Amino acid sequence: MSTSTAPVAPSPAPPALEAQPRGSFWLPIYTLTQRELVRFFRQRTRVIGALGQPLLFWILFGAGLKGSFQPPRWANWEMSYQEYFFPGVAVMIVMFTAIFSTISIIEDRREGFLQGVLVAPISRLSLVLGKLCGGTVLAVLQAVLFLLLAPTMGISITPAAALLTLVWLTLLSFTLTALGFVIAWPMESTQGFHAIMSVFLMPMWLLSGAFFPAGESGWLSWIIAANPLTYGMAGLRRLLYFGRDIPTGSGLPGLGTSLVVTCLFCAVCVGLSVYLAGRRVSKDAR
Amino acid sequence: MPEPQAVDIHGLTHRYGDHAALSDISFSVARRELFGLLGPNGGGKTTLFRLLSTLLPIQSGRVEIFGTDVAARQEDVRRQIGVVFQSPSLDRVLTVRENLLHQGHLYGMRRGALRERIDVLLGRLGIADRAGDRIASLSGGLQRRVEIAKGLLHQPRLLLLDEPSTGLDPGARDDLWRYLRDLRDHEGVTAVVTTHLMEEAEHCDRLAILDKGRLVATGPPAELRAHVGGDCITIQSEMPAELAEKIATRFDVESAIVGGRLRIERADGHDLVRELVDAFPDEISTVTLGKPTLQDAFIHLTGHQFWGEGDA
Repeated sequence: MSTSTAPVAPSPAPPALEAQPRGSFWLPIYTLTQRELVRFFRQRTRVIGALGQPLLFWILFGAGLKGSFQPPRWANWEMSYQEYFFPGVAVMIVMFTAIFSTISIIEDRREGFLQGVLVAPISRLSLVLGKLCGGTVLAVLQAVLFLLLAPTMGISITPAAALLTLVWLTLLSFTLTALGFVIAWPMESTQGFHAIMSVFLMPMWLLSGAFFPAGESGWLSWIIAANPLTYGMAGLRRLLYFGRDIPTGSGLPGLGTSLVVTCLFCAVCVGLSVYLAGRRVSKDAR
Repeated sequence: MPEPQAVDIHGLTHRYGDHAALSDISFSVARRELFGLLGPNGGGKTTLFRLLSTLLPIQSGRVEIFGTDVAARQEDVRRQIGVVFQSPSLDRVLTVRENLLHQGHLYGMRRGALRERIDVLLGRLGIADRAGDRIASLSGGLQRRVEIAKGLLHQPRLLLLDEPSTGLDPGARDDLWRYLRDLRDHEGVTAVVTTHLMEEAEHCDRLAILDKGRLVATGPPAELRAHVGGDCITIQSEMPAELAEKIATRFDVESAIVGGRLRIERADGHDLVRELVDAFPDEISTVTLGKPTLQDAFIHLTGHQFWGEGDA
């Protein structure tokens, strides 16, 4: 501060409380989202990680499991494994991006940025939404990039279907980012997050119908039916094949059910996020 | 109705599990005061800082900032306080200006007014030429200045600074204190500063000394020093306990053993020193006589050294 020795000109007294700008609801969301995006694009490895791995999975598993794949009953046309797996990879991209962007909560806490946000006069809802919107935009962006490959799978998307798919991806990304928020917020270290990722999040994706179709019966089909992500997955499949008539009751949940379940799942995750962010514990004050 | 104090604390107690970090603290900070929270690490000042900055909920007792109840109206309090943390709170991936823009947005500032304010602060803190640099590329001292700019951005009426001179070289420390005085004199800003450094505490208008979660004393530095009766004699000896006894028998002078040294507070210190050295030339290895410092005041008030066992 050696150059700050110039005398400070007297300035008028700071405004009274009433005259100070009221805390805005949207401005913090905008600014936190923007920060999330700028950070993402400045950290190149994250870009590669979130898109690269799923792409690799798609190519390798698509080729490797081609022979042993039995199309699900609802696919009333000839479907290759690569085609079946295609929307599954899109959901994987959404999940990875959403989850990785919430890992930054742990980093923000450790690096101290979070404490500055916590003492700012913003509602905890805007804090949560700022984080979730950032993760959502990133997840949707990358999933859309991937879905541009749809024509190579013989999936022809009409403009209307594309728009609906975009909306669905947004809902799904928002939900999964919120899920990541709930997991990341109480975490002390990123290692803990990675542990949860491998025992909870990966299985959740594997058992959502993304990787293999749900059987007609047995314990595995029950787990798949109980997994909320199954409905996010099913919704995406149905929207990608918007033109085709896929019957309900053929192993793939209907669009209405998918929407209701995903919205409920979303509401629960966002609600929990806001609750957690509003709790003040000594851990936050570091 | 009288103007409410900047900070008013009544019967504040805070526990982490079984451990009481603060026990029944009461004091107040007047407007336009540079107020120091002095104490060893673990004394409770950081807990108090977190309670004032709304990071921790008030468990029991009452805290008001400009008459606003901190427990009931966090958001109103948050709008009025600027917080400078001891640990970094900057986004290292972003530039100085980007960090301040986000900060401004969080406080509802925007566009031209915000940019103007950022330029003014960067100029005052001498970091205008680094505005476009990423935080990660700045030295610790420069990062500290950005932290301070961040806390001042929305022109808070109360500044809370946790060990603000951490990582600042002595010149920059002096500048910081000069700047805080400028803010107090010209903009009527009240500042509450935690510190474990005695020489820092001397800069404050008033101090609260915290030790083991208790408020030991409050007052201006000079008044706290005056708690110590007259001069301070410190004696280093091979056998402090025996020497203390001998001094007590021979001169009828009470001495305390603090940190392995004998400590005597006396109005006419220089006479006693002469007599002591004459009487116990072998037992005394070194003797120092001084006007009481804040450190002496702390020892006087708490009966133990600032950096006592288990404190540091």
